[in-house]
Amino acid sequence: MTRLVDFSPWPLRHVHANVAFPAPCHISTFTVPALHAFANPARFLRIAKPLTPVLTWLGIALVAIGSWVGLTLTPPDYLQGDTVRIMYIHVPTAWLGMGGWSGIAISSIAFLVWRHPLAAIAARAIAAPGATFAALCLVTGSIWGRPTWGTWWQWDGRLTSMLLLFFVYVSYLALARADAEREGDGRIPAIFGIAGTILLPIIRYSVVWWNTLHQGPSIGLTKSTIAGAILWPLPIVLTGATLFFAGVVLMRMRTLLARAKAEARLRRMARA
Amino acid sequence: MTAKNQRLVLALLAVAAIVAAALLALSALKDQAAFFYAPSDVKRDGVPVGRAVRLGGMVEKGSVARAEDGVTVRFTVTDGQATTPVTFAGIVPDLFREGSGVVAEGSFRPDGAFVATNLLAKHDEKYMPPELAKTSAGTMHETKSLTK
Repeated sequence: MTRLVDFSPWPLRHVHANVAFPAPCHISTFTVPALHAFANPARFLRIAKPLTPVLTWLGIALVAIGSWVGLTLTPPDYLQGDTVRIMYIHVPTAWLGMGGWSGIAISSIAFLVWRHPLAAIAARAIAAPGATFAALCLVTGSIWGRPTWGTWWQWDGRLTSMLLLFFVYVSYLALARADAEREGDGRIPAIFGIAGTILLPIIRYSVVWWNTLHQGPSIGLTKSTIAGAILWPLPIVLTGATLFFAGVVLMRMRTLLARAKAEARLRRMARA
Repeated sequence: MTAKNQRLVLALLAVAAIVAAALLALSALKDQAAFFYAPSDVKRDGVPVGRAVRLGGMVEKGSVARAEDGVTVRFTVTDGQATTPVTFAGIVPDLFREGSGVVAEGSFRPDGAFVATNLLAKHDEKYMPPELAKTSAGTMHETKSLTK
């Protein structure tokens, strides 16, 4: 039972030092063998290397096509006029700003449960693009709000909770970096990554449960209140932005892995 | 149960607790976190005269009138249950129109009228091309958040 709260760090030296420690997951008792195959850093790098340019360039191409279509082919809105076109950037950035944090939360859980360093690296890699997309969401929303609402910014529930998510991203970046620099075990950023999830339902339901200046959700699981003629480029940019985001995350994961490798080598050289 | 499964259960419980806490906070803050009062909120709870508040709702159809001075606008804000008369002197936002959402910043006068110092247009979740809007003009602004 003592192991219930035993969040021992992953590094292998602990495994060697403590025989009672459960065997590393990839050696024996992993419950999801199919997923486990990707948790091996060497195998991950073999797959990630060719996948990075494919995802990134395919994403950029789809965003370019979707934006072009959204700027030229779709009709303006009956009330907002051409301002509605900001949606083709605003919605994907909002989606990925929140989706990014879901990724951090899932990776953090995976790290705390299976203690695999690749999960912690994934969480760290998501934070910077996630923060960037959250910031882009706030900026494009502000540009849309000025002509539509008549204000750049108001402290309503949706706008404020999204701004908080941006700040939480920035805090996470600082925390994860500090933890890595002090050779921490990554548990504190992981717990922060799970705790930050509290903002996701707040952002999602702020416009449903509270009076807000921001309108309610336009796109549900089954239907949308956006006319088809305006809506159809949105899935294109949404897919493109998601692929691009994934490409950037893979790029950053490879960078973090390379840095860890270089630092380990430097440490070995310093000792010798 | 292995240690790994225990950690998995613990982590999932933590996430469930966090999400439940967020949803509880959301519903508990329903009144305090409101961006504006609706006319029926004002009727039910009352708002002190002179306090700076926001009033939100739909601009009632046929209620917008301009005073002789040319800058003062009078209209009625409704949420389907109660109405509040509003006066505003200044430039209204482009999207301000009858039957559409509005959020007025200002304060109540002793006679129950609302004097706005600033108007914000509230957009709804419906987006459509102009030709489609003409065919469904009657219902297009009826947002869930503004009419109770």
